[in-house]
Amino acid sequence: MAIPSYATRGERLWHYVFLGLCALIFLFLVGPLLVIIPLSFNAEPYFTFSEAMLRLDPAGYSLRWYEDFFTSSEWLGAIKNSFIIGIASTLLATVLGTLAALGLSSRHMPARGAIMALLISPMIVPLIISAAAMFFFFSKVNLAQTYPGVILAHTALGIPFVVITVTATLSSFDTTLIRAAHSLGANPARTFFKVVLPLVTPGVVSGALFAFITSFDEVVVVLFIAGPEQRTMPIQMWSGIREQISPTILAVATLLVLLSMLLLTTLELLRRRGERLRGVSPG
Amino acid sequence: MSQSPSDTLTTADGVPLKVSLRRAVRRSKFKALLLVSPLLAFLIIAFVMPILDMLWRSVDNPEVSTRLSRTVEALEGWDGESLPGEPVFAALVADLREGQEARDLGLLSSRLNYEKSGMRSAISRTARRLGNLEPPYREALIEINDSWGELSTWKLIERESSPYTLSYYLAAMDRQLSPEGEIVKVPDYLEIHVALFWRTFWMSAVITGLTLLLGYPIAYLLANLPLRHSNLLMILVLLPFWTSLLVRTTTWIAILQSQGVLNDMMVAIGVIADEARWQMIHNKTGTIVAMTHILLPFMILPLYSVMKTIPPSYMRAARSLGGKPILSFRRVYFPLTIPGIAAGGILVFILAIGYYITPALVGGQSGRFITNYIAYHMQTSLNWGLAAAIASILLLVVIVFYLVFNRLIGVDKVKLG
Repeated sequence: MAIPSYATRGERLWHYVFLGLCALIFLFLVGPLLVIIPLSFNAEPYFTFSEAMLRLDPAGYSLRWYEDFFTSSEWLGAIKNSFIIGIASTLLATVLGTLAALGLSSRHMPARGAIMALLISPMIVPLIISAAAMFFFFSKVNLAQTYPGVILAHTALGIPFVVITVTATLSSFDTTLIRAAHSLGANPARTFFKVVLPLVTPGVVSGALFAFITSFDEVVVVLFIAGPEQRTMPIQMWSGIREQISPTILAVATLLVLLSMLLLTTLELLRRRGERLRGVSPG
Repeated sequence: MSQSPSDTLTTADGVPLKVSLRRAVRRSKFKALLLVSPLLAFLIIAFVMPILDMLWRSVDNPEVSTRLSRTVEALEGWDGESLPGEPVFAALVADLREGQEARDLGLLSSRLNYEKSGMRSAISRTARRLGNLEPPYREALIEINDSWGELSTWKLIERESSPYTLSYYLAAMDRQLSPEGEIVKVPDYLEIHVALFWRTFWMSAVITGLTLLLGYPIAYLLANLPLRHSNLLMILVLLPFWTSLLVRTTTWIAILQSQGVLNDMMVAIGVIADEARWQMIHNKTGTIVAMTHILLPFMILPLYSVMKTIPPSYMRAARSLGGKPILSFRRVYFPLTIPGIAAGGILVFILAIGYYITPALVGGQSGRFITNYIAYHMQTSLNWGLAAAIASILLLVVIVFYLVFNRLIGVDKVKLG
C-alpha cells in the first residue's frame, strides 16, 4: 500500500490517518487478549492492575493463580472431561465428515446443495436452540447427563467444520494425479496411501482441529445436557466468571490464549504444507 | 452380424454406450450417497430429530386431555352459559383422585396456571382434601376453592382439552386468550418477550454496523498490503477468532468493570473522578462492545476475500480518468465490495441474534437478549413449552436469513481461517 507518486498532500495525510485508524482497530482486536496475560500474574485477588504491579515491583506479581489452577481437583477434573469429550467427538466428527466430504465432492452427488445446507446447519442454528432441542430429545432417550450424550451433541456441532474444510481441500484436489499414479503402475491401495492421503491429510487435520476447538470451547450445550459428572472446562470458567471470586480464571484464560496461538501456528503450517504439496504457491 | 454406421455405439461387450454411461453414473451416484449416508443418518438422529421434537413441543398440549380425560368427556355438549352440572364435577373428582394417586398433578396445575393464575393452588388445595370429599361434589368443590365456581375455569378446561395449542406462541408474543376466546395482550407486568425480540434485533443490527465500520478498513488494508505483511497482520485477526469465547468475554469484564483496567486508567490520568466511574458493563454497552469484538473477525474474513479479488488497476483507472479519491472510491471500489458486505453482514447478524453466553455474562438486566429468556424458561420458570415456542420463532428468523445468505453467497463458499 505504497502512496502513489501523484498523491496530493491531503491524500498523504489521509493515508497516515488511515494507517493510524487501522492500528487502533488492531489494538481493539488484540489488546484485550494481551491485557489478560499480565493480569493473571497478579499477587492480589483483583481483576485489575495493583499499584505494585504498575511499579513493576516483583512482589506485585506471583504465580499463585497458576498454582491454584494446577492443584485444584475441580479444574483438573474439568480439563480431563474436556479432553475426553473433545477427543471422542473430534474422532467421530472427522471420520463421518471426511467420508461425507468424499461423497459430496463426487461429480454425480445428487441434491448436493440441499444436503450441504443440512450438514452446515448445526453451525448456523443458534447454540441455545440446539441446546434446548437436544435437552428435550436426549432426556427422552436417556442420553441427557451422560458422556455419550455430550459427545454426540459435540460431534453434531463439529461436523460442519470438518465438512467445510475437507470439501475445500478436495475441490482443489487434482484427480489426474490418481490416473497418473495408476498409469505408472500403482494399485488403488497404493495410490490412496501414497498420493491421495498425503494431499488430503492437511485438510482433514485442520477440520479435526476446528472440531476439537469447537467442542473444547462449547458452553451452552454442556450447560443444558451435561450433569455434574461431565463438568467441562468452559463450564468451570462460566461459573467462575459468574461468581468472580478468584483470578484463577485469568490464569486459565492466559493458558487458553497460549493454546490458541499454538493451534493457529499449527493450522498455518498445515496450510503451507498443503499448498507446497499441491504446488500452488511457495507460501 | 452386420452393423450399419447408423446403429448406436456400443462398448466392447456389446452394451449400447448410452446405457453403459447411465449405469456408470448411477453407480457413482450411489457411491456418493453411500459415503454421505452415515453422516446424514447421524445428523438426523442427533440434530434434526431434536429440533423437530422441539417444534412439536411448542404446540404439544397433553396435560388436560390426558389427565382430565373424564372431565373433558363429561364437558362435551356443555352450553358454556352456566356452570356445568354435577356429573362434570364428579368426573373432575375422579380424575383428580387418579392423578393424586399417580402423583402427577404438577404438570396439569402448572399448565392451567399459565393460562389462569390461581389454578395451581386451586388444584393442589382440592387434591389435598380429596380423601374425605362427599357428593354432591359441585358444592363441595366450590367451597374448597372459588375457581371451580367460575365460568372461565370451565371454559379454560374445555379449550385446553385439545391435544394441540397455540397458546405458547401467543405467550411468546405477549398475547393470551381471554375467557371469551379472543386474543388479548397480557397484563403490562408480564409483557417481556416482544420487547426482548426487538432489542435482540436492533442490538444485533448495531453490532453488525459496528463490525462493518471497524472491519472494512482492516479488510482493505489486508487486501492491499503485500502478502508478506498482510499474512502477519492476518494473525492479529485470526488470534481472537481462535481464542475461547469465554476468554474474550472475561477480558472485557476485566477491562470494563467499574474497578477494571479502563476505569482505573481513566481515574489515574484524571479524566473521571474516582466516585464517577463509568458503568460500562452489565448493561447494553457491555454487550455491544464485547460482541463487536467477538464477531469482528467474521466480518473481516468475508470482506477480505472479496476485496482480494478486486484488481488495484480499477482504482488507478478511475483516478486517471479524473475521479477524485472519494468519488472513485464511492463509484468504483465500494460497489465491488457489496457482496462481501452482504456476506459478512448476514453472517454477523445471524450469529449475533443467537448469542447467549456473552449477553448473559456482560449484559446485566438491560443488555439481555431473547436467548437469555429461552434459558430462563428452560432452567428457572420450567415453562418448556414457552421456551420451545420462543426458540422456534428465533429459529424461523435465523433460517430466513440463512436462506438469503445461501442464495446470495452459497454455504459451500464459506471459508474458515
